[in-house]
Amino acid sequence: CAAGETGSSRVRASPQLVGVVGLEIHAQIYASTKLFSSSQVCFSSPPNSSVSFFDAALPGTLPVLNRRCVEAAVMTGLALGCTINKRSLFDRKHYFYADLPAGYQITQQRLPIAVGGRLSYSHLVGRKRNQVVDKNVRIKQIQLEQDSGKSLHDSYRSQTLIDLNRAGVGLMELVLEPDMSCGEEAAAAVRELQLILQALGTCQGNMSEGQLRVDANVSVHRPGEPLGVRTEVKNINSARFLARAIDYELQRQMAVVEGGGTVLNETRAFDFKSGQTVPMRDKEGLQDYRFMPEPNLPPLILYERETVPAHTDPRQVVLVDQLQEQLPELPRVTRDRLVTTYGILPEHSFTLVNEDGLVDYFVGVVQQTRAEPKKVIGWVLNDLLGLLKQQCLTVSQSPVSPNALAELLDLLEAGSISSPAAKLVLQELWKGSGKSAKHIVEEQGLGLMRDRSEIQQVCRRVIDSHPDEVSALRAGNKNVLNKLIGQVRKQTKGRADPQLVRAILEEELSRPPFHGETT
Amino acid sequence: MVSPGQRQRHLDLGTGGGRGCEGASSGAVCLCLCRCPRPCGGGRVSPTELCTRCLEQVKRTGFLNAFVTVTEEQALRQASEAERRFLEGRSLTASPLTHRDRSPPPGKPRGPLDGIPFSVKDNFCTENIETTCASHMLKGYFPPYTATVVQKLLDQGAVLIGKTNLDEFAMGAGSTDGVFGPVRNPWSYSAQYRERPGVDPRSDWVITGGSSGGSAAAVASLGSFLALGSDSGGSTRNPGALCGLVALKPTYGLLSRHGLIPLVNSMDVPGILVRSADDAATALGVLRGLDVRDSTTIPPPAAPPHLPDDIDIARIRVGIPKEYHAPGLSAETLCQWGRVADLLERGGASVEQVSLPHTQHSIVCYHVLCTAEVASNMARFDGLQYGHRSEVNDSTEALYAATCHEGFNDVVRRRILAGNYFLLKRNYERYFMKAQKVRRLIAQDFARVFRDGVDVLLTPTTLGDAVRYCDFIQEDNRTRSAQEDVFTQPVNMAGLPAVTVPTALSSRGLPISLQLIGRASHDWQLLGVAKWLEQRLEFPAIQLPQDVSQAEREAGVPGRVRTSVL
Repeated sequence: CAAGETGSSRVRASPQLVGVVGLEIHAQIYASTKLFSSSQVCFSSPPNSSVSFFDAALPGTLPVLNRRCVEAAVMTGLALGCTINKRSLFDRKHYFYADLPAGYQITQQRLPIAVGGRLSYSHLVGRKRNQVVDKNVRIKQIQLEQDSGKSLHDSYRSQTLIDLNRAGVGLMELVLEPDMSCGEEAAAAVRELQLILQALGTCQGNMSEGQLRVDANVSVHRPGEPLGVRTEVKNINSARFLARAIDYELQRQMAVVEGGGTVLNETRAFDFKSGQTVPMRDKEGLQDYRFMPEPNLPPLILYERETVPAHTDPRQVVLVDQLQEQLPELPRVTRDRLVTTYGILPEHSFTLVNEDGLVDYFVGVVQQTRAEPKKVIGWVLNDLLGLLKQQCLTVSQSPVSPNALAELLDLLEAGSISSPAAKLVLQELWKGSGKSAKHIVEEQGLGLMRDRSEIQQVCRRVIDSHPDEVSALRAGNKNVLNKLIGQVRKQTKGRADPQLVRAILEEELSRPPFHGETT
Repeated sequence: MVSPGQRQRHLDLGTGGGRGCEGASSGAVCLCLCRCPRPCGGGRVSPTELCTRCLEQVKRTGFLNAFVTVTEEQALRQASEAERRFLEGRSLTASPLTHRDRSPPPGKPRGPLDGIPFSVKDNFCTENIETTCASHMLKGYFPPYTATVVQKLLDQGAVLIGKTNLDEFAMGAGSTDGVFGPVRNPWSYSAQYRERPGVDPRSDWVITGGSSGGSAAAVASLGSFLALGSDSGGSTRNPGALCGLVALKPTYGLLSRHGLIPLVNSMDVPGILVRSADDAATALGVLRGLDVRDSTTIPPPAAPPHLPDDIDIARIRVGIPKEYHAPGLSAETLCQWGRVADLLERGGASVEQVSLPHTQHSIVCYHVLCTAEVASNMARFDGLQYGHRSEVNDSTEALYAATCHEGFNDVVRRRILAGNYFLLKRNYERYFMKAQKVRRLIAQDFARVFRDGVDVLLTPTTLGDAVRYCDFIQEDNRTRSAQEDVFTQPVNMAGLPAVTVPTALSSRGLPISLQLIGRASHDWQLLGVAKWLEQRLEFPAIQLPQDVSQAEREAGVPGRVRTSVL
């Protein structure tokens, strides 16, 4: 949505004002236990069933850092090209809220674990959304911090109920610099981050379950002038809503500025029903968090193999270089590899990578079939993915294995079945009867009709029963041929080779008629 | 000044027919752990008898207000278990021990503390035993877990007598500012103090010092052999000194803080209050060690099982920090300081003057850092999950405010207010950061002196002997803390070990003590020097009257000892 492109069709075009968007992203660390306690982390367990004495802030309890959370933050930092601070510190951030039992959150304000990275993302533009535009957003820092509990307001009884299951779960807060200019870019950046975190296994990245929470800092200004007053937009639980919330807010601010007003520095909530942002009750106002070093946690020191002091308990050590070596392939690299190795279109590589498990599925099919990857991609993206989406299944839940699809594509490739018949076979396979593609073809007589005379007979029958079309054709209306081909396909249940059908029909029709075309 | 009385290690507990320990005259119980009752028989006291006597003593001295909770039933049960171990142990001595569990089988005494009665300051969490911090806020709070250091003592078979009184949330230097009222110094009722002209027992009782005054009083009044205190700025050493005890503030991190309700996390350490350096070493040996629940614990240095009976004092270099000649230092304390320095020098130690130039700024910085951490630590007491909860429920904010107002005393609330002020964004650099920088300079002062070869520093512990309660309360808590902690809190700022040793009685018949400060993790060396001094100083034992009830009547206060439900 750079200057006057797609985004500005939503954001009212103003020749001068441009949007500036930064993001604060809270990613719940995928770990079995919390950041500073050994209570289990699980979504949707009964309220207050996973709360240690520390999580409940009982007096005298102390934080004990979860090594897994440190590793996750380091891996994420490395994947985003951050500088990993070999020494980082924890701080207390104070505010009173019922679901924050200690009255403070332990975070990394002064010296976070990772700083100065970059998130490269791409988004698709153009009418057919097939032009790939590459963008970058700088990452200011990644800090480890505790999640809060949840407050459930029961307005009927005018009560507030507290669930501390989430209190103390490890978060990575990622601060993305205001390098984006519209909702579409922000959403694309978040989707890319989601993929990276999932590839690393450091966060499950499900926005609707709150595993990834995004707040947007939005302002408008005229290029060359200082940044405008920003608002913070919260309460966004999907990438789509993120884009809508930001674009709405940009539009609102532009209207305010153009109308001679001033934008207030405030926190606004996105209301997905109305598509608008509304001011939140101002609890932030002049909040002073009274940051203070966390005295119960010594500095977090990270090492490399070379720098580990002798006689250190290996369980107490996190090695940055070791984690670097263990980093998996990141989505961007996967996409490039798919394009270069299999010759598929870049936009197809995005679809493959966006769907969890689909890359492996695609590669699995390609490796087992003689069909060209370019053909395979169509079947995987259109037919298989279509069926999955229709039934809300994940790739791993697919009733058709890569193996089965490969066998089907082999039949197609060998000319044993026609393409329409192959689609029928796929439907059969989808039912999960356990029968192989070959078996289904034989059982249902879907094999390609190879006998020329057999096809010829069908063609003649069609010609005989469609005198009007034949006359029209002979009169020069070539398009009518397709109708006759369709009739043949219908009568052969799509088993006849369309090329052959066309050839035979043309041949038959070019012959002079046998009888009674007198009228 | 009183010349040190005759050395007397064995004191009459006032109960007839007790069997003394080895070498003691009959009717007396040795009060040092080192020679304390081991297995029954052989003229030693059984764990049950020892426990019973301590409990009786606690009841007799109830007017001291040393205890918040007495855990009588649990104590007697633990004592009988210890007794069974001793009895079985005697018959099982021939069978080889194959178990290597944390808690040995019941048939074997668990170590030097098995069957020894101890008390714990009421700011250490004890499972299912009320833990109040002497505050309305935590009245009726029964923690679901036990502090590591308390658990270690229990695992050793030590017998918990009760939870001791303190200043609310350990904020104070007198043990006068808790919700249960002030603690009285047992020396107020000693022959040494009272048999002096002009002392009015009803009004002239003296404070214990604080904030671990209940723990100090429990040990000094012979109700326990060992007590745990906490020391953030001197809270163990100060009452230890005023009550004539050996009180150790270990190196920061040597003992776990898990379960200690914090005052100043970066300075708090569990403290040890006992009657001899040997006892301190024994307790330290048991309590030290890494704790996975406290990330600030350090690997403990190798330690001898016992302190040597005679250390080579000639190899010790003693520093006398000149900055500790503070205004208000009493002539008698100064005199003792000189006397002990001479004693060390005559013993062959090299004694030299050293300088700790930044110490003078320490108390101000301590105030800033302490209140800041207090403000933070107290934020959890919002009345929602535990502790006092106000009836006011107009809004969550109103509930918070009313809960804090009702739950905390003025001292706590003032520190919270001050701390929050120092932590405000606009003040942070000017106060908190600056205090931290000076803290580092203070630590560097110590480090430099020790790097130059000094082994221990000798200083006063307090300005003088214990003050009468009626005099003490003429000044507010803040002023008193600043006066009383002046010699003790620099050690907390630097995380070093320090021990206070009683040297003599003042002209008023009250203990005067000096402090030894050592290198980090050199706690045992420090105790070695303390023991060397102890052997030569001949500090007199407290002479409590046989009939303490008379003292009680004169004190005019009812014993406020409660018994736990357990």
